[in-house]
Amino acid sequence: MRRARLQGRIWRVDGFRAALWLLAGLLLSGPLANGACAGDVRIAVAANFTQAAREIGAAFQAATGNRPIFSFGSTGQLYAQITQDAPFEVFLAADQARPRKAVENGLALGDSRFTYATGKITLFSKMRDLVAGEATLRDGRFTRLAIANPDTAPYGAAAVAAIKALGLYQALKPKIVQGNNIAQTYQFVATGNAELGFVALSQVIDKAGGSRWAVPEHLYRPIAQDAVLTRRGADSETARAFLVFLRGPEARAVKEKYGYGAGD
Amino acid sequence: MLEVTELWPPIRLTLELAAITTVLLLLLGTPIAWWLARSTARWKEVVAAVVALPLVLPPTVLGFYLLIALGPDGPGGWIAGLFGGRSLAFTFEGLVIGSVFYSMPFVVQPIRNAFEAFGDRPLEVAATLRAAPWDSFWTVAVPLARPGFVTGAVLGFAHTVGEFGVVLMIGGNIPGETKVLSVAIFEHVETLRWAEAHILAGGLLVFAFAVILTMMLLQRRMARLEP
Repeated sequence: MRRARLQGRIWRVDGFRAALWLLAGLLLSGPLANGACAGDVRIAVAANFTQAAREIGAAFQAATGNRPIFSFGSTGQLYAQITQDAPFEVFLAADQARPRKAVENGLALGDSRFTYATGKITLFSKMRDLVAGEATLRDGRFTRLAIANPDTAPYGAAAVAAIKALGLYQALKPKIVQGNNIAQTYQFVATGNAELGFVALSQVIDKAGGSRWAVPEHLYRPIAQDAVLTRRGADSETARAFLVFLRGPEARAVKEKYGYGAGD
Repeated sequence: MLEVTELWPPIRLTLELAAITTVLLLLLGTPIAWWLARSTARWKEVVAAVVALPLVLPPTVLGFYLLIALGPDGPGGWIAGLFGGRSLAFTFEGLVIGSVFYSMPFVVQPIRNAFEAFGDRPLEVAATLRAAPWDSFWTVAVPLARPGFVTGAVLGFAHTVGEFGVVLMIGGNIPGETKVLSVAIFEHVETLRWAEAHILAGGLLVFAFAVILTMMLLQRRMARLEP
């Protein structure tokens, strides 16, 4: 008798939880009903290009009336989603390898692929006097160095390439922490949890203060970033129009503002 | 291709994290559950609600606050400073702190329910037999609440094993330190190493099923053992 009551109570917490889920579901059904409609274009964007994509997207919407809907993530993450038929019509990667692979696997249209930007990495710290060139890395007077996951994020791979070119990989390895993408990497540095980190130039170009080192280009290969029209976007006029817009003068101005090379 | 030896460190790390978290939660959660069960304070449900918050909040909320709290400007940074560090983020200790918050309701709630279930009577009887409160807690309350402790420990352990969002936000993906099972699976999926992902994910699936089944069978047995 007593046991039965106890059991009932143990499971009551789950009934309470179910009720909360129901409430959450009701609250969420609002935004979900507000889905995409004709004239919208769904675009997967590598995290380093977040700010630039937002500005280019706003200009595109002002010029054409079509609304771009962005999803930001690491290039690897977005690519994995595209292999599983994610609803993206355009893929703005942070490398050339994934768009090429998407074309090879029939997930994207080969003739649509082009380099929309070339990105650079910067060693950045929120602290004013910390970063003073490669000597900072050699001295190693810090506890945590943030980079993006080199397996999924090309900016992380570029950071590893630069560290290896300096011959410091073994020495710095115990201090490295990885962000899931370059946006999280910057967040680690911005919150001060890591004293410094390799971030995208575009992320810090408009930030005053801190200390930084523009990693010289003989230490890594500036990151050529390719755009491609996915199979999902093959029949979308808006998606094609966005890719044209991405090569145009307005987009070029935004890219320059964020420190990107203009690409093809 | 498939490196089986690479699969083991995240599993070991996850089991360590879950074991330490469970022990800490039993130590911390028992007095909280006791107070929630016995206190007549009006605002005790406010405390109960705070403990239950992780049931409702997305792990990103907890992860966001933890990232700040563990950092150099928060209490975590201060604690890390005592040991020569500057942040508890990206450390195993940081994950333990996050997991304790995250899994707290799963331990406190069953223990509280168990304490409440036997009512005042056994403790009153113990008191008339001149048992000191401390005595009757250990010799009467804890044995009577045993099913609650078992349920709480099992749920707390299992929930910590399944933790993902918080770890992703405060972990920094360091092998052997913060790269737990769920994060390793996430990375395998992202990098299209699906053979590894399948092994680990399938293993977790079996584990979760075994935990839930064991708990249900245990509860049934305990219900049958006592009148």
